[in-house]
Amino acid sequence: MSVRVDGLKVYYQTLHGDVKAVDGATFEIADGEIMGLAGESGCGKSTLGKSMIRMDARMRYVEGHVDLDGAELPIWDDSKMNAFRFREVSIIPQYALSALNPTRRIGTMAAELLASRDVPVDTVLPELKRRLRLVGLSEDVLERFPIELSGGMKQRVVMVLSSILDPSLLIADEVTSALDVSTQRAVSELLVEFRDRGFVKSMIVITHDLSVLYQIADTVLVMYAGKLAEKAPAETVVNAPSHPYTQLLLSSLPEVGVRYSEKRLTGIPGRPPSLLDPPTGCRFRARCPLAFAKCADEPPFAEVGAGHSAACWKVAA
Amino acid sequence: MLKVETCCKAYRVGAFGGSELLAVHDVSFEVAPGEVVALIGESGSGKSTIGKMILRLLRVTRGSIVFDGGDISSLQGRRLKEYYADVQGVFQDPFSSYNPIFKADRVFAMLRHEYFQGLSGAEWQSKLEKSLDAVSLNPADVLNKYPHQLSGGQLQRMLIARALLLDIRLLVADEIISMLDASTRIDVLNLLGDLKSRGLGILFITHDLNLGSYISDRTMILRSGAVVELGATQRVFGNPLHPYTRSLLASVPQLHKTWREQEAELGAAPPGLDDGGPGAAATGGKLVEAEDDHFVAAFSGDGAGAPR
Repeated sequence: MSVRVDGLKVYYQTLHGDVKAVDGATFEIADGEIMGLAGESGCGKSTLGKSMIRMDARMRYVEGHVDLDGAELPIWDDSKMNAFRFREVSIIPQYALSALNPTRRIGTMAAELLASRDVPVDTVLPELKRRLRLVGLSEDVLERFPIELSGGMKQRVVMVLSSILDPSLLIADEVTSALDVSTQRAVSELLVEFRDRGFVKSMIVITHDLSVLYQIADTVLVMYAGKLAEKAPAETVVNAPSHPYTQLLLSSLPEVGVRYSEKRLTGIPGRPPSLLDPPTGCRFRARCPLAFAKCADEPPFAEVGAGHSAACWKVAA
Repeated sequence: MLKVETCCKAYRVGAFGGSELLAVHDVSFEVAPGEVVALIGESGSGKSTIGKMILRLLRVTRGSIVFDGGDISSLQGRRLKEYYADVQGVFQDPFSSYNPIFKADRVFAMLRHEYFQGLSGAEWQSKLEKSLDAVSLNPADVLNKYPHQLSGGQLQRMLIARALLLDIRLLVADEIISMLDASTRIDVLNLLGDLKSRGLGILFITHDLNLGSYISDRTMILRSGAVVELGATQRVFGNPLHPYTRSLLASVPQLHKTWREQEAELGAAPPGLDDGGPGAAATGGKLVEAEDDHFVAAFSGDGAGAPR
């Protein structure tokens, strides 16, 4: 078992109190698994991803464990985590397009990055060039400034740099969201290729776009308002979801060929609860058409089938 | 109602504006009352430029934009104000469309000051509530609030309500759904559908083919500033003729079909990767009518239309 997260809670500190962005996450990712992490904005998916590599100043570790390849990650200790960052756990950040230093050539920046982790650049350079060619870039990009590259090219540069030390876990945060459809497809397929070639062992792909996950992910974890809603193989999540939230979310997505005049889709009424003071029990209760008295108690994130877990009383029953 | 004729837009680029970049190249189309025209293109295809030219935020370099028989480029003063009573735009980011220092209703107050000075307080209030109701907002939820207290969907709907107050006839909707969450974006999209049935013409600018195909009657695919395919939405999506349209459709992530399955279905080439070298596509050729209400730009058979 490559990654094992157990009861992880990460809150944001604000003047008004704690925002419970990740409130008890327990799941596992197998070796070679690409896990999609999906949900709407503010559901805690990026927080969960980020907390496994670096908590920013506002984030507060509350409790829980993250094990990577059998060893516990000291995610609460910023300096101890340095030994793991880049080598064991790496991230392609949400704004990868602006993650590149505009004042440095790509090659210079890569060398500085490697030096900061005490990796001599010469040992990695041939592999770096080989991987740049693999993602369709000539090695000349090392001589260029970020401003000279297109969005898709920058995204691929960041992908190659993030994974150059063959991390065990790669977290890709909304890497395709800012790209055009054809570039989005190419970048997504490269993520799969990185896994297939063993550059990274397992991967968490964070996105709000379930249809991208259906294309590339092995399993999909759906979050809602800081809690895990459902985890299952991608095929199951899309074709036979059990959690009412997943079902409603999928039914609100238009596809090519579905037309307003023929089939009117509906959204989910209401909005997600505030995470500053979330309601007790199931957090989807107020918007859920199936809600009943028992939903006032929090449903466990329980197994409902092979490799399929969901947090809903109606499903568990 | 709206007629765009061989419209071109050239931007001055370079250190002293010495060279020109042709962002929109000979684009022609029409929008009729009660019709939704989707303008679909990737970034840099000139789709927003077209929207801004229609809203008179940018000048047309060549060609003309005609609304109800009159060329809009010469409108000034009172005539321009009357034009804005008919044509309004809503843009992508609802958060930056409001001034965060003022309450969100300020957009309505400004409108009242400009266009409805004769109305009494009670008349204005009922008009306002009617238009908020049309976008399914509860006045008590949104009035007297600051932008940060409202959700993106609410802010976006308020902007549409603001446009409706004027009894507009054409709405330029530039990526208005893209910033919204999946569970709420479909409601805004349905709202556009309801407005269309009341006779509003909508120019729906988007990069998302799923959204475009859901809502529009006619679709225009843009690439590097030129139209590559134009026609009834069912025809363009059901029988895409231009290789660029096909490869776009093959790249759209679908929920029940993998990319390979779509590709096989459409007979499209997989998208290439941009290596930064030369080879930016030449803009499309002349539009020819391939079938009834379905036009496609001329292309040579061998990948001249393949994506960059």
